[in-house]
Amino acid sequence: MHFGPHLLLAALEGLVTSAVLALTALGLSLVFGVMRVVNVAHGEFFMLGAVLAWAISTAISDHPALGFLAALVLAPLIVGLIALVAERLVLRRLNYNPEATIVATIGMLYIIQQLALTFYGPEARPVEAPFSYRILLPWFGYSGYKLSIIAASAFLLIATWLVLTRTKIGLVMRATQYDRETAQAFGIPVERVYAGVFAFGAMLAAVAAVLIVPISQAHYLMGQDPLLLSFIVVIIGGLGSLRGTVVAAVLIGLSDGIISVFFSPTLAKIIATLLVAMVLVFRPQGLFGTSSR
Amino acid sequence: MSEASPAKAYALHLGVIALLFALSFVLPAYHHGLLARIMVLAVFAMGYNMLFGYVGLLSLGHAMFFSAGLYGAGLTVYHFGWSVPAAFAAGLACGALLALAIGLLALRTSGVAFMIVTMMFAQVFYLVILYFAAWTGGDQGLVVPQPARILVLGSASLDLTNPTVRYMSALALFSIVLLVTLAIVRSRYGRVLVAIRENEGRTKMLGYDTFSNKLAAVVVSGAICAASGAAYALLFGYVGSSFASVQYSILPLLWVLLGGIATTLGPLIGTLFMYYVVDVTSGYTSAYLLIVGIALILLVLFFPKGILGTIRQRWLGWLP
Amino acid sequence: MTDKNGFFDLSKTSFTRRTALKGLAAGAGLAVAPGFVRYSQAQSSAPIKIGFQSHRTGIGAAYGRWYEKTTAAAVKAINDAGGINGRPVEVIIEDDGTDPGRGAEVVGKFATQHKTDIVYGTLFSHVVIGSAPAAGEAKIPYFVVSEGHHVASTKLNRYVFQPGITDVKSQIQSMAPWIAANAGKKVTQIFPDFAFGYDHRDYLPPALKAQGAEVIAQIAIPPTESSFTKYFPQIPAETEVIYHVMVGPAVLTFVKELGEFYGSNRPQLFGFIDSLEATDINSPGLEFLDGSHFWEGSPRYAQPDDSPAQKAYRAAVGIDDNGAAVGDPKDVSTAAHMFGCWETLYVVKKAMEDAGYKGPEDRTKLVEATEALTEFAEGPEHPQGPKTFNGKIHQCFGIQNISKVEGGRLNVVHKTKIEDGLYEPEGDYTTQAL
Repeated sequence: MHFGPHLLLAALEGLVTSAVLALTALGLSLVFGVMRVVNVAHGEFFMLGAVLAWAISTAISDHPALGFLAALVLAPLIVGLIALVAERLVLRRLNYNPEATIVATIGMLYIIQQLALTFYGPEARPVEAPFSYRILLPWFGYSGYKLSIIAASAFLLIATWLVLTRTKIGLVMRATQYDRETAQAFGIPVERVYAGVFAFGAMLAAVAAVLIVPISQAHYLMGQDPLLLSFIVVIIGGLGSLRGTVVAAVLIGLSDGIISVFFSPTLAKIIATLLVAMVLVFRPQGLFGTSSR
Repeated sequence: MSEASPAKAYALHLGVIALLFALSFVLPAYHHGLLARIMVLAVFAMGYNMLFGYVGLLSLGHAMFFSAGLYGAGLTVYHFGWSVPAAFAAGLACGALLALAIGLLALRTSGVAFMIVTMMFAQVFYLVILYFAAWTGGDQGLVVPQPARILVLGSASLDLTNPTVRYMSALALFSIVLLVTLAIVRSRYGRVLVAIRENEGRTKMLGYDTFSNKLAAVVVSGAICAASGAAYALLFGYVGSSFASVQYSILPLLWVLLGGIATTLGPLIGTLFMYYVVDVTSGYTSAYLLIVGIALILLVLFFPKGILGTIRQRWLGWLP
Repeated sequence: MTDKNGFFDLSKTSFTRRTALKGLAAGAGLAVAPGFVRYSQAQSSAPIKIGFQSHRTGIGAAYGRWYEKTTAAAVKAINDAGGINGRPVEVIIEDDGTDPGRGAEVVGKFATQHKTDIVYGTLFSHVVIGSAPAAGEAKIPYFVVSEGHHVASTKLNRYVFQPGITDVKSQIQSMAPWIAANAGKKVTQIFPDFAFGYDHRDYLPPALKAQGAEVIAQIAIPPTESSFTKYFPQIPAETEVIYHVMVGPAVLTFVKELGEFYGSNRPQLFGFIDSLEATDINSPGLEFLDGSHFWEGSPRYAQPDDSPAQKAYRAAVGIDDNGAAVGDPKDVSTAAHMFGCWETLYVVKKAMEDAGYKGPEDRTKLVEATEALTEFAEGPEHPQGPKTFNGKIHQCFGIQNISKVEGGRLNVVHKTKIEDGLYEPEGDYTTQAL
């Protein structure tokens, strides 16, 4: 294939990766930014979203689109509920201590993973896409559903941005993020904000997973890679910065797609990881973050 | 800690070493073998604790130091036929040099950024092992041939594949590292590290060069972890990329947290505890990860300072 | 226990002492038959203990489950027929988490805590390689069902055997003549960028060259990759055959994306069924595979010419004509590999009887008896087909199947000969000390 189309394909693939990554990482970034909690179990919420999507769409098997839509609504709600319970039972009791919450979320990671293995099983299972339109370009075919993921993700990101900047909920969240004690003094129910943020963060991961699951099956170990990538995005983008997170997700997603055009994939990953690490070393606040408090 | 009488602390540590020595003669074969492995991995945890416990730097990439030792020792034996002591030294040197390089870069960051940077360097290290599969065996790994794992000392030769020799070698390494850590912790240098952990700004103001003190701690920590990795390769005969994966960076963190942060014996207790929880529960159910997860959460909820940390807080304030 | 893993907890369900004794009684009834005379001389009725190193968790879990099912069926069949040397067989399972470090510990646990007679059943090659030193040092025979080339490479040690499944080097070599003659001469390989893939990368090109065909491109994909489309432009336009061997949970994605990329206008496809083990061939998105060909160790779907032994084996393991669990059509088996468990256990039985095996003190005799084996005839003990065994490299060689995807099932279109897969031995384990 010629270089131009090849690059186009790599860019399209990179955009799909970016779209899913942006949603997942945004969830991690909110939890991290507002609560100062490094949620190691974030990838498992992603996995739960995919697994639940499979369960729901299998239960409603009339038409693939119907099952998928049900999953798109129900799976994030269930995951949010689980996150809420986890927050209540564990994180709140730890008073959101950064180190203790890391260990606790590692514990959650093991628990969720094992429960998924026990009740869902070790197999990778497919979820049918709501529609299967194949876009025929002059050089190659491309999945129409993949393009719709980019659109759906953009829609969700804009909605989240509006909530954060234009509503009272967003204001309360930003106030809590900025200064927990002062927010509390002004009568903001900080604990409820935290609970809400944790649940919302998990729901974002779950939505991302439901979107991606028709093109990459549900599997109980699928949470590992999104977790690592989300960490990278959050750090590069700067803590709690929505704009930074999205830009970093696009950057990382695209570079993942395009670098692999030029290098052997393992070497590409080595170079990309090393580059990101160097950015962190020499610009620890991230590319778009302002100075850390 | 400052109230501790040195005699009491040294007596306790020598007592633990003596107990481990005595156990070698009474333990059934299985637990004997398992304890040898636990001691080697406890050294890994002690190296991790050096940085995490005493300097307060939480790394998520220590698997790279462990596997630098593992591959440094394993590959020199496998490809060049080096003797056991030379290979061990090679592993140790690889770990120390890598730690120096990583320390110079990563110490420019702190807090969460330090965690992620170390994790990413470790990921690079892991990928490099996969990339050079022709030399490292990639994900399958390599078997260090049995005849190469014999330690020749003058006219005597010690077969490291023999269970007793293996146990005693593991114990020797463990004892040396334990006493070295105890000495470091009780030294002036150890107190500077703790001061950095508690308040880096003030320590700096008092005229200490905090960067080079921290760098030294990274190198010591990396070297100890590499010693553990080199011993693992030579004693158990296998090197593989799974030891460089993220999982093996999280394990020492867990062991240390369980045993007790900034306690000299905590790493051993934590490693021992985790190993036996997995070993015992896996006999009853294949869902032992669930039990490990629940145990972790319960520990962090009710014993946040780990096993030894809680004991120190409640009963034995003098524990180092 | 209601979970699927618990169901296969052999130590608690089907292998109680009572069933074992029942099996013994049945064996006694057969003792009048000529072949069974030696059972009457059995001195001890304590069970022969087999330590089964199983992937119950970790990346290998999907395969581990079916290995356990097949093992349970084989052990039941052996016990019903009188056991080994008149003694019942007991299986003890330990999970290795599909991790080589834990694998070595599990081997140690079998040797010193459970005191099993042998260790058996490992699938993933990095676990085999990680565990091999522990087996060699404990001097406990270690029978793996991994299909890796590691045993035959003679880089492990004298205690490691693979007598139940052909190694991947031999499989690849025996595929080359068919590919060159029927699929095409210009081949592009797509394989995972780790050891399993390297076997294909290294052994296919010379094998194809010997048949007058060539590999024109090799595309390695990292094992953690979850999206593949971006690699497809590297497939040269003149490619006649795409040879694919992806493994892991992302393989379905691989096939679906290949389908989106090419549509109906595609080159010939030849793959190793490893890609789709435990996966329904009729899953959404796999329509693209219709008309393509796969290697299969043992056919997943029942074939018209199945031998009575093959039929009996399928019934005993509990898979239906579509290769799924009887009663649960969604629970697709790993049929192409799991027969190796069944056959390995019968090789162990044969070797133990040849050696007059009585207990762990006879382990070296067991090693020598296994090395002395040369061939296994097709039959109830070897339902996949006849095999030869090379005692110097501890590896067996059997026939392979090439199947075509037609009408939502896999039909065998070609069976290779054992000679197609033979190669020069790379070493000799029998020169090592015991």
